[in-house]
Amino acid sequence: MNIHEYQAKALFEKFGVPVPKGAAAKTTAELNAALASLPEGPTMVKSQIHAGGRGKGTFTDGFKGGVKFCKTKADARETAGKMLNNTLVTIQTGPAGRKVQTIYFTVASDIKKEYYLAILLDRASSKPVIVASTEGGVEIEKVAHDTPEKIHKIVVDPAYGLADFQVRELIFKLGFTGNEAKNAGKLIRNLYTMYWETDAAMVEVNPLITTPAGDVLALDGKVSFDDNALFRHPEIAALRDLNEEDSKEIEASKYSLSYIALDGNIACLVNGAGLAMSTMDIIQHFGGTPANFLDVGGGASKDQVIAAFKIILGDKNVKGILVNIFGGIMDCNVIATGIVAAVKEVGLQLPLVVRLEGNNVAAGKATLAASGLKLVSGDTMADAAQKIVKLVAA
Amino acid sequence: MPILVTPQTKLLIQGITGEFGARHTRLSLDYGTTVVAGVTPGKGGQFFEHGGHRVPIFNSVADAARATGATVSAIFVPPPFAADAILECADAGLDLAVAITEGIPIRDMVRVKHAMQGSKTRLLGPNCPGVVTPGTGPDSSGGCRIGIAPGYIHKRGHVGVVSRSGTLTYEAVFQLTSKNIGQTTCVGIGGDPVNGTSHLDVIKLFNADPETHGIIMIGEIGGNAEVEAARWIKANCQKPVAGFIAGATAPAGRRMGHAGAIVGGAEDTAAAKIAVFKECGIEVAITPSDMADALLRAAKAKGVTLA
Repeated sequence: MNIHEYQAKALFEKFGVPVPKGAAAKTTAELNAALASLPEGPTMVKSQIHAGGRGKGTFTDGFKGGVKFCKTKADARETAGKMLNNTLVTIQTGPAGRKVQTIYFTVASDIKKEYYLAILLDRASSKPVIVASTEGGVEIEKVAHDTPEKIHKIVVDPAYGLADFQVRELIFKLGFTGNEAKNAGKLIRNLYTMYWETDAAMVEVNPLITTPAGDVLALDGKVSFDDNALFRHPEIAALRDLNEEDSKEIEASKYSLSYIALDGNIACLVNGAGLAMSTMDIIQHFGGTPANFLDVGGGASKDQVIAAFKIILGDKNVKGILVNIFGGIMDCNVIATGIVAAVKEVGLQLPLVVRLEGNNVAAGKATLAASGLKLVSGDTMADAAQKIVKLVAA
Repeated sequence: MPILVTPQTKLLIQGITGEFGARHTRLSLDYGTTVVAGVTPGKGGQFFEHGGHRVPIFNSVADAARATGATVSAIFVPPPFAADAILECADAGLDLAVAITEGIPIRDMVRVKHAMQGSKTRLLGPNCPGVVTPGTGPDSSGGCRIGIAPGYIHKRGHVGVVSRSGTLTYEAVFQLTSKNIGQTTCVGIGGDPVNGTSHLDVIKLFNADPETHGIIMIGEIGGNAEVEAARWIKANCQKPVAGFIAGATAPAGRRMGHAGAIVGGAEDTAAAKIAVFKECGIEVAITPSDMADALLRAAKAKGVTLA
């Protein structure tokens, strides 16, 4: 689960990670109140959406920049008015963009130098890793590619926790001295505590800055959490913003379906994540484009199949459907009955190819054949994929 | 010899009285697996009865192992308690803990994996379909089925299968059995980013097993476990190996069902992994329908008989 920058900053403050003073607003009235809580002077206006590249983004009405520096609070108020409820398109949002429903104002900081700091799971060692660089404020992937020697990594022992010598090592590598070193060390320790105690999947601060006064601040904050651990953090689960999620994905999760919308026109309905991914792959292999990832899980009950069909058909780009079920434990005939009921209930008009395999498959295929529905049966995944690609192209 | 488990392996089930655990315990008993004990704290002294079997239930893994000689556990307990259940297996000194549970918090697994270092207990999973060593009876019955895989699709033979994904494993096994090619052992290592036994661990076991003549390795986007295994195969494994990687069409940064299946960097894409497979002499299955055929091609090239 992702959260907004203003929510991340509030968590940072709670764990003793210094941030510039700021205030968020969701309505025009709140814009004034938020600004009133900040001192007069240079102010940053930041669109709050769950996507990167905000600063270089463009609003659909042509207004440029989702993050702006304003010399005065009056300027900030005017700029925020242009951003709120406007739709911002960035490299990560796709062409449709995202509606900006929250504005975050912060006091503009004097920046001496920018750094990069992140904490995430190191899959190779199965331990947390702190990644830091003296090259902040830019794309870290580019730094890692062009100048890997400028990326420093500290792997943390999960039993002992972050050791002081490791913090010192990072501080020296980043070149901090004096008061800055003291402040940066405290910030890194507190950020690690937050990462660990909140079951974060990733915490990223880019940039982390030093000021001429010797302060070290998190100027930006991107935090995501392990969905599987939200049950023990109700206060974090409450930060979920459904406006930032695909409505079809939200609907799918109500039926324990795992659905992700893609750009193609062949919808797929599959049991199992690996099989669902490779069904998308095989559609593309035979020249089609998958419209979605959809895993109905191990069971694939009738209600789930009906819900899945409705979600799939909510995507207007869909021109055909491929159902690929390997009924290992489940009786294929039960699944076939569910498919027939679902197709009848939603009044499906689009081409449908069904590939059923596994337990009691003969009865399942007989049920499909006897249904009178205009569906095509596929024998193998390859056969089914070729058939749906051909039907959609026709 | 198959790997990890044999039809004689004595199995205990943690969470045997839960709906999910009970259902799959019945299927394992029907398959002929030696289920000797169940564990549900607070239900010790009761019995799990099915088809003439009467499986005693214990309050702890240690009690169950001591009383029955069980050496392997299948874990079906809900996610918030699963990490604890795994550690209990290690404490009881079992040989193998197979964690079927899906949705265990990553932090719990980070701690468990660390705590199990130096332990004699091997962990398989979590979020995995388990492990099957097929038997020689009708529909491969008489074998050892631990977890949630359909037993009847298997056939006793000489191919080892290792995979992160459940349904893709079944797909590969079904293709093999349909071509009358049997399996030594089929191992699901799970789809989570932090898991116990890796692709490489299983490949090493298959390589050392004289009964295994060929290997199918099924991977996904995310992480570098398949790459690590492929490099080892190139240097150490003479047996024919076929590989498949799911997720070529997955967009970067999106989690595809499995917590581990997410493209993070340039190195963990399907294209990057497939390139390494080819470079390491692994026959790549072009589509998931091609997995068994890919292994047949690899076996033919090396003059190895699989059936």
